[in-house]
Amino acid sequence: MSETTSYSRRNFLKTGGLLSGGLVLSFFIPAGAKRFVPDADPLSNAFQPNAYLNILPDNTVQVILAHVEMGQGIWTTLPMLIAEELDCDWSKVTVQHAPPGKPYLHTAFGLQITGGSSTTYSEFDRYRNAGATARAMLVEAGAKKLGVSPASCRTENGYVIAGDKRASYGQLANAAAALPVPQKVQLKDKANWKLIGKEKNRLDGKAKSDGSAIFGLDVHFPGMLIAVVAHGPVFGAKVRSFDASAAKAVKGVRDIVQIPTGVAVVADHFWAAKQARDLLQIQWNLGPGEAIDSNSLLEDYRRLANEKGLVAEQTGNAAQALAGNVTSIQAEYTFPYLAHAPMEPLNCTVKISDDHCEIWTGTQLPGGDQQAAAKLLGLPAEKVKVNTTFLGGAFGRRASPTADFVLEAVEIARASGKFIKMVWTREDDMRSGYYRAAFLHKVHVGLGANGFPAAWQHSIVGQSIMNQYTLFGPPDKSKPDESSVEGIKDSAYLADVPDKLIQLQSPELPVPVLWWRSVGNTHTGYVMETMIDELAFAAGKDPVAYRNSLLKSKRHLAALNLAAEKAGWGKPLPAGHYHGVAVHESFRSYVAQVAEISIQNGQLRVHKVTCAIDCGLAVNPDGVKSQMEGCVIFALTAFLYGEISLEKGRVKQRNFHDYKMVRMNEAPAIEVHIVDSNEQMGGAGEPGVPPVAPAIANAIFAATGKRVRQLPLQPSDLVKA
Amino acid sequence: MEKQKYSRRFFLGTSSMAAALALVPSGIKAFYQDLKTRLLPVKSIQTLSLIVNKKTYTVKADTRTTLLDLLREELELTGTKKGCDHGQCGACTVHVNGERVLSCLTLAAMVQHQPVTTIEGLAEGDQLHPMQQAFIECDGFQCGYCTPGQIMSAVACVNEGHTHSVEEIKEFMSGNLCRCGAYNGIVESIQKVAR
Repeated sequence: MSETTSYSRRNFLKTGGLLSGGLVLSFFIPAGAKRFVPDADPLSNAFQPNAYLNILPDNTVQVILAHVEMGQGIWTTLPMLIAEELDCDWSKVTVQHAPPGKPYLHTAFGLQITGGSSTTYSEFDRYRNAGATARAMLVEAGAKKLGVSPASCRTENGYVIAGDKRASYGQLANAAAALPVPQKVQLKDKANWKLIGKEKNRLDGKAKSDGSAIFGLDVHFPGMLIAVVAHGPVFGAKVRSFDASAAKAVKGVRDIVQIPTGVAVVADHFWAAKQARDLLQIQWNLGPGEAIDSNSLLEDYRRLANEKGLVAEQTGNAAQALAGNVTSIQAEYTFPYLAHAPMEPLNCTVKISDDHCEIWTGTQLPGGDQQAAAKLLGLPAEKVKVNTTFLGGAFGRRASPTADFVLEAVEIARASGKFIKMVWTREDDMRSGYYRAAFLHKVHVGLGANGFPAAWQHSIVGQSIMNQYTLFGPPDKSKPDESSVEGIKDSAYLADVPDKLIQLQSPELPVPVLWWRSVGNTHTGYVMETMIDELAFAAGKDPVAYRNSLLKSKRHLAALNLAAEKAGWGKPLPAGHYHGVAVHESFRSYVAQVAEISIQNGQLRVHKVTCAIDCGLAVNPDGVKSQMEGCVIFALTAFLYGEISLEKGRVKQRNFHDYKMVRMNEAPAIEVHIVDSNEQMGGAGEPGVPPVAPAIANAIFAATGKRVRQLPLQPSDLVKA
Repeated sequence: MEKQKYSRRFFLGTSSMAAALALVPSGIKAFYQDLKTRLLPVKSIQTLSLIVNKKTYTVKADTRTTLLDLLREELELTGTKKGCDHGQCGACTVHVNGERVLSCLTLAAMVQHQPVTTIEGLAEGDQLHPMQQAFIECDGFQCGYCTPGQIMSAVACVNEGHTHSVEEIKEFMSGNLCRCGAYNGIVESIQKVAR
């Protein structure tokens, strides 16, 4: 990791005038950018305050986030990186989301996106450099003002200090802004860190606890109207005709318009809009979406699993190895569609004037939404302003490659000519698609004489995300979608298996699918970790010892053995309690979990989950712990209850009564340990999800002798074999 | 026993009843709809008088407007959140007469002249309520969307005296969903205030 970075003058843009004085630093650092963004890119012409930080005359340090806050804590973590190098007063730090703009493109992905558990590691250098560069300029300005040499100055808590003289950053901001930007800055040695690696309370805590935090659904302007949409009953349905006469009679209704995704009601307030929507008489052309049925889908997938698919990985000849006289295990796993179900239902506020459009929404893809809206309206991108609010949960749903919910609101605003806030009810949110895809795995594993896997044949069937969208480039359907096979193709367990074949079938269906917290690892991690457990049992080995023999990576082992030690693996448990273990690498982090369960009166109780993560440096250990806790609850919900099912193309689930969430009374105790690690930094938002369900399933096996291979958990899974 | 009125199971019960009704044959559904229109106040715009956070508001509103929609859309008090609109998630929890109430299942007209407290009214001036402070210190939130409802429920949970054990706290907080899974921090926050 380079400790110095150079900046070109060209990349340094000043917008100080906009802020009535003050130092505004911004620079575009192309380091690591994989997707070339030419200067002619429409983003470069967009309105850009273009900065990572501003220092105001009153010493306030405004940090501008290239990524968005959706619960994962970067509202605090990224400012910590700047403040560490800047030596500013932490109590004077304020934070805001960046608008779409070139300086805010993801350093690795080349577009403005929050996802892939990548924010902290991808911004680690950029935000520290932003702070260090500002500090260097303030020191130079301070030295001049105090009449000393820069070398004799130190910085502390928002002041440049030389002996008994001092000047605040606020006093120096304007002078600093006039200085040339240093070509190179020195970053602090790790030994001198005051903030990085320390536990910090969150900077969004006050606003989120006093009700002042503004989420998309809270956006409110005088004259703004509320819009709700009647979506088709099945995916891909189109309006054939509709009768709005009864709906129009509802007091408060201002307009009813047809849009590509259905019919929208625009009204003075939500109640009127919803009442009117219920009175709409709509005839639909249902299209092929009506044919989708969860049960028949499973049969189709089962058939596909036996056909030749795209080869994700192949060595030796697995079929031949398994045809011989070997001990083998065959298993089929099924996973349903899952909804993201963030607590804040999707929404978007749009105001269109003659040649300008302004959008307010909680989005993981502000730049993509801007460009999609601009294209729809025939406007240049800089004429579309996107204001990113706080996100009331997202889990991947608010990174929509089709900008679906944003474009729907833009369509309503355009068709009605009104300033609208489009709101989805919980039912709309649950039934309008973009799910974790349903998957089926068929696995056949041959055991060698040593009890370790010698042959591995694996067929995976499920819709592709990457083949549907062009976000990261044109889809290539001749290659397996990496996001469908991640966690198996690159599994550390399979590295030394001589004969293996991993195949993928990606059927194309009208049900929209999307990344869902930890993406492919949600199912691949489950299959690998329960199958390895099954193999350990077949080999007569302890599950932790078996994994220790198979795994060569010290990071896997560090997490695994720390979790096992802290959970008291192998030590006596209370009567009727059982342990299960799992370890999985995803998003560059290694997470192991030990679940302690009991089954009483046919009910599963998860008492405790002990978690260990090796994510390299944990910038804010508090944040990493919170993410691990969140991952456990999120994954437990999916394991116990998560299922979106379709009947004649219609989604059966509606609200939290039939798409249940783990409630506080069902929540296990969660203990999180962070491996003291100097390895490459990894993510925290997602990698805690994959091991949870297999650890619990393995504990259920310990209790019942039964393997859970169909999710979500069924009551019959808890009856002893 | 008055407090039992607002227990989680009561609401789960009623809202799954409503859900079950959504599945019954259309003849019965029509009857239910008919019944609902008869039982609910007649469709009319009336002047409502509400006391929210010690301030009196007089607004003209449809008498069937929920307290939640009225708070958010008419009074612009958007701290109270809408998560499900069916009494399932608790994000809309406010206090009426000092007791927790799901504002999505309460008609604004029903709570006229009774003191309503929302998250915006919990602090005393600049001084945060101890529960708000505890949520910040114990990481009792992640995305923050369910947080106002969690805090209003947590304050009531302490006032009701349901804080004798972690299990008791969890039971009496189980009407408030947190999709991000900040449950550990929420329990800690409540323990901190209850001590």
